[in-house]
Amino acid sequence: MKIIVCAKQVPDTTEVRLDPVTNTLIRDGVPSIINPDDKAGIEAALQLKEKCPGSTVTVVSMGPAQADVALREALAMGCDEAILVSDRAFGGADTWATSSTIAAALKKIGDYDVIITGRQAIDGDTAQVGPQIAEHLGIPQVSYAENLEVEDENTLVVQRQFEDRHHIIEIKTPCLITALAELAEPRYMSVGGVFDAYREKEVKVWGLADLEDYIDTANIGLKGSPTRVAKSFTKQAKGAGEVFKDLSADEAVETIVAKLKEKYII
Amino acid sequence: MSKNVYVFTEQRDGEIQKVGIELIGKARELADALSQDVVAVLLGSGIKDKAETLIKHGADKVIVVDDPMLAEYVTEPYTKAIYEVIKAGEPEIMLYGASSIGRDLAPRVSARVHTGLTADCTGLEIDEETKLLRMTRPAFGGNIMATILCADFRPQMATVRPGVMKALAEDAGRTGEIEVFPVTFTDADMNVKIREVVKAEHKAVDITEAKRLVSGGRGIGNADGFAMIKELADALDGEVASSRACVDAGWIAKDEQVGQTGKTVRPELYIACGISGAIQHVAGMESADYIVAINKDETAPIFEVADLGIVGDLKAIVPKLTEAIKKEKAEQ
Repeated sequence: MKIIVCAKQVPDTTEVRLDPVTNTLIRDGVPSIINPDDKAGIEAALQLKEKCPGSTVTVVSMGPAQADVALREALAMGCDEAILVSDRAFGGADTWATSSTIAAALKKIGDYDVIITGRQAIDGDTAQVGPQIAEHLGIPQVSYAENLEVEDENTLVVQRQFEDRHHIIEIKTPCLITALAELAEPRYMSVGGVFDAYREKEVKVWGLADLEDYIDTANIGLKGSPTRVAKSFTKQAKGAGEVFKDLSADEAVETIVAKLKEKYII
Repeated sequence: MSKNVYVFTEQRDGEIQKVGIELIGKARELADALSQDVVAVLLGSGIKDKAETLIKHGADKVIVVDDPMLAEYVTEPYTKAIYEVIKAGEPEIMLYGASSIGRDLAPRVSARVHTGLTADCTGLEIDEETKLLRMTRPAFGGNIMATILCADFRPQMATVRPGVMKALAEDAGRTGEIEVFPVTFTDADMNVKIREVVKAEHKAVDITEAKRLVSGGRGIGNADGFAMIKELADALDGEVASSRACVDAGWIAKDEQVGQTGKTVRPELYIACGISGAIQHVAGMESADYIVAINKDETAPIFEVADLGIVGDLKAIVPKLTEAIKKEKAEQ
């Protein structure tokens, strides 16, 4: 089975803070990580490979040159091959142009049975790129996978999580699966794996010239993006309410009850 | 020439989902600003008799695609139906709920139609000058907001999380058109097979529907801490909610989680007990009408969004508050 995982390097948003003076994001010193859902996807791919001997796992990322680190980590976890899709011309892409570009790289790879992406990335939270890649490739998808089993060499059985139910879905390859973080607990890199990732294995870099046969250049980067950010801003803090300190428990209760009555809540 | 504001109104087991009704409320406002119509799109099997309620909640027209293949959500038949509805009607705007269904369907449609899609919008408005849809959404875990435009492609598409927009009250006198729209499906459209549908155990009230919520955070100490939270919620005829910390700790089910990776709620009352108020949590509850926060750490960011903040020991305050509320209600 030929398995491809799409993974994104993201800033650890739980560490992102706002500068209280300038109200801008402080990104200095914020660590970059493999997006958590994508990392679960890498683990799921490695487990698929273990179940189907002779399989290979290729990890693909689109991003700046620094994303090399994320791909080395994926190699150290056990992926066989890594491709970084990177070119200044791809910059500023929205989800539509990003998915078109990644789909072009997958078309260039040409031969795949299963593509796994994370459900969504923690910096954008859109959950769009996976389904859009599937559409660009014309293959079926199952989103929000929380379990993945191999039925036979061209059939997967996926448990798809919804808010109020889950579905057990049978899907034929080639197909695309989007992974929830719950799908698989990622393994740690092994010492040998880290050594191999930096000494033995390479990260291929594909730029625009490598993908030109697979994509209309009108569909890449900022100019190929249907959506544009008109402005970004930090949230307006809501008008501060009242905060009471040093009340006894009884006084606190009286204060709350009085307010709830005043608001006709009780 | 594209025209009108379309809303994908999802159904599950033949029941219209609340998020669709909420979106019709928002679509009404947008359509009025454009002097255009609101068109609800309803996909399902044997679903036509549910169309009337969409008109009563603000739609001018309902397009119904009725086929056994649309009974349970499957990506390809739904994408095909929406694609054909868009091709035929050329909407100016199309809105989807940011539910599991909407977040699977809308990106697939956007790729097929070749248009933009903005996820999880918290604000939608028509620009007075350009008449473009201004779509505002949080990014970086809610740390910043971005306003997005889709100037050159149609429809302008957005998903909106359940609970963010307000539904219009039902108007029994409203009338409108119901159109059954034919789509021809072939077996090839059913490109996956649903072997089994397993419904989660039905609970009394979903937290996104509750009018009062009492929410517990790490500060309640342990799983047993939810007992006192539940008693207060019961006294208020409300429901129990939680921050992510308690879900991660295994104290409570994920279904009750409020925030960026949980649910967005807008109850009339939200009492945050022992919740620090990380931005990811606040993103899911700041639209509550009245927010009370009880926390022993006076620097906790939850006090920045609370209407009423109490710095103190929730374990001493919450049980007394429960008794006081019961007493108030008994006296009324």
